Amino acid sequence: MSTADLFETTTGSLRRRRAMTDRLVTGVIWAAFAATLVPLVWLLWVVVSKGLPSIDGNLLTHDMVQRLDPTTGKLQAGGGLEHALYGTLLVTLGAVAISVPIGLFTSIYLVEYGGRSRVARTITFLVDVMTGIPSIVAGLFGLALFTLIFGVGTRMGIMGSIALSLLMIPTVVRSAEEMMRLVPNDLREASYALGVPKWRTIVKVVIPTALGGIVTGVMLAISRVIGETAPLLVAVGAAEAVNRNLFDGRMMTLPVFIMTQYGTATPEGYDRAWAGALLLIAIVMVLNLTARLISLIFAPKTGR
Amino acid sequence: MAKSIDVSDVNIYYGDFKAVEGVNMTIRARAVTAFIGPSGCGKSTFLRTLNRMHEVIPGARVEGKIAVSGQDLYDSAVDPVEVRRMVGMVFQRPNPFPTMSIYDNVLAGNRLNSRKLKRPDADDIVERSLRGANLWNEVKDRLNKPGMGLSGGQQQRLCIARAIAVEPQILLMDEPCSALDPISTAAIEDLIHDLKDRYTIVIVTHNMQQAARVSDDTGFFNLKAAGQPGHLVEFNPTKKMFTNPDNESTEAYISGRFG
Amino acid sequence: MSTTPQLEQAEPGEDLGSPGPRSSTSYGRGDRLFSGTALASGLTILVTLAAVFVFLLLKGFPGFSADPDVYGPSASNFWGYVGRLLFGTTLAAIIALVVAVPFSFALALFTSHYAPRRLAAPIAYVIDLLAAVPSVVFGLWGARTLAVTSQPVQRWLDAHLGFLPFFHGPVSATGRTILVAGIVLAIMCIPIITAISREVFKQTPRLHEEAALALGATRWEMVRYAVFPHSRSGMVAAVMLGLGRALGETMAVAMVMSSTPIVTLNLISSTNPATIASNIAANYKAEDNRIQTVLLATGLVLFLFTFLVNFAARYIAGRGERAQR
Repeated sequence: MSTADLFETTTGSLRRRRAMTDRLVTGVIWAAFAATLVPLVWLLWVVVSKGLPSIDGNLLTHDMVQRLDPTTGKLQAGGGLEHALYGTLLVTLGAVAISVPIGLFTSIYLVEYGGRSRVARTITFLVDVMTGIPSIVAGLFGLALFTLIFGVGTRMGIMGSIALSLLMIPTVVRSAEEMMRLVPNDLREASYALGVPKWRTIVKVVIPTALGGIVTGVMLAISRVIGETAPLLVAVGAAEAVNRNLFDGRMMTLPVFIMTQYGTATPEGYDRAWAGALLLIAIVMVLNLTARLISLIFAPKTGR
Repeated sequence: MAKSIDVSDVNIYYGDFKAVEGVNMTIRARAVTAFIGPSGCGKSTFLRTLNRMHEVIPGARVEGKIAVSGQDLYDSAVDPVEVRRMVGMVFQRPNPFPTMSIYDNVLAGNRLNSRKLKRPDADDIVERSLRGANLWNEVKDRLNKPGMGLSGGQQQRLCIARAIAVEPQILLMDEPCSALDPISTAAIEDLIHDLKDRYTIVIVTHNMQQAARVSDDTGFFNLKAAGQPGHLVEFNPTKKMFTNPDNESTEAYISGRFG
Repeated sequence: MSTTPQLEQAEPGEDLGSPGPRSSTSYGRGDRLFSGTALASGLTILVTLAAVFVFLLLKGFPGFSADPDVYGPSASNFWGYVGRLLFGTTLAAIIALVVAVPFSFALALFTSHYAPRRLAAPIAYVIDLLAAVPSVVFGLWGARTLAVTSQPVQRWLDAHLGFLPFFHGPVSATGRTILVAGIVLAIMCIPIITAISREVFKQTPRLHEEAALALGATRWEMVRYAVFPHSRSGMVAAVMLGLGRALGETMAVAMVMSSTPIVTLNLISSTNPATIASNIAANYKAEDNRIQTVLLATGLVLFLFTFLVNFAARYIAGRGERAQR
């Protein structure tokens, strides 16, 4: 007891100061966490409260083409975003169709064939570089590529798909690569030892074992690009009517719809923009949650 | 159907590193041959050259001749995939395919090679292989459950069933009991006894009693010094090896006077 | 994929990683086809990146030396024009980082060392949700909500800190200023910087942490003397990657503020410096083909600039990893 007292008196003030600092920092860190929640909650609240009232049947089933209203005899826009939903669906599907095969086969190359060769290291590096491409540059690439071939003023849904796949490929490669590396080597060896060729081992053993993770990665990649605006604005443009052909002219997409409705600077425009924002966030969240659900369902099997 | 293996002047490399050098031996058909030796002496490496699994590792290669019934496994005309169909392998840790049921695991060798099987034939192979691996009675009621749900010892016997389902001529076992408890180990040892009527069996083990119990011939591998390649010190009938070995270091190792 | 057949055939023997020369001759057709496809996909990435550069250069090249009037009232040649845009880009990114970095590190520490263990994973998920919010929604929120709400704050800054060049005023009537754009960018960067630095903090060897605690260090001292020194290069890399994001972000900036390519440090006035990306988004509709080429040229500059930043980030992170081995 006496030594404890001694210790207390000689270093007491220092110790109190250290403890104070510790508590202060702990408080600051908790406060920072709380402060970060503010914009998130605020944003979600604003989007829901402003967007929800405008979401109705008319919004989902009409486009923005001006039509003659039979009762008033005036030209009236459809006031909906059906065309944007179609556009987003098609452009995103196009991006998936391009980036999933390329991304998956690239990760197969990196995990199963490339080893530590120079080609493999170069590709890994370039995938890193691709992660950092600003989305608008991806859009400019789509624009430059097609206007060089088809002439100035060309706009097509597929140009947006290509731009988006530029942003999607690195995410797909990264997640698929990580998941395939998690597949225990034992399984590959067991398959080889049964006289199964390497490519069949990859297709029938490695990929099925990693499937949950790969699907999750693809879904997360989709949720990331489905909200991209800048590349679509530049490469696909905007349209008033439903266009179901990726290879024919401008298409409206949900993010660009939000952008253009905001640009009208009218109360109706703002309402539609908020409604579009709510729909877009809902789509992204559903994709996100589904992805995590899939990874939860598949996790016990792969994580042996 | 079982075949003998003639090994002459085999050197094994990982890149520039020579892991094993100058191995000569004849592995008899329908017998159990055990490899013993301290860790890192190259016995597992050597085992993996017998079905060309060694070369799965980048940079790994083999010099010399390994012949099964006179056919050199490393002839440039030979497809390593074909070699592995003829020479089955069981690994240190049980490794059933996690995405497959017990039934599908047994048929993996056939299914993965996209051999079309009629349902009765497939059932037949599954039952025969599982009976061969002494596992049938334990799993016959749950063939469609995942293979990962079995105990460690059962999983290992499932892997043996999977290996013999493709009807190999030779069966390699790389420390098949090292991850198992004594009861499962006894079950596997009994199984090895039963299997040697039909297969040439080569087993790597750290457990000298196990080598003495299950094998007919034994090879002792050792390192000359740390960093040097491993080599085959002595290859003799097991009985002689454990009673009156030719080599002094063999005796030292077996009697426990050595690392 | 169709662009790479020659390369594909040139490679297999040496780079396929597996079986040695002996077996490559006897390897099956299926394997050769499959590994060829895999390699071709990888090379597609290489070709695509090269194409991004080449196409932007080809289409944007005339933009480097267009007629002086194309570069608008504020600049007379390309470098003056892009220089002003680079200034705006960097200024917005710096505001974003000044706000985002302290929050991000605090948040990362919170989830790696401070939060109750059961809460850490859900909290990390909530922060990731921030990253999932599309930039156009951030832009809408920033322009319609944050800008309006923050007007009193901006007026206060002008009134009390007006002696600083940043808050010189006159205050924008709409509140849609580069300060708000920078804050929106900061919110968008926080999840990235947090996620990376959280991973880095988590990799501090337990032994180091326990050694510090065993010596009687408080938790903060443990963080300061064990976690931070170990994580320094990872933290720098995380900030650089956040910077890369802030530099390239388009919509949030374009929607929050109307801008012109000018140089000013005034953060709260109604004339704001433009960023490269927002400038492209604002003017891409121009019918004038010469303006299009100029925009492509500025896009190329942005591509190279973010590439350099990301490259530096990877290099620093890689150096940190090597030093630890």
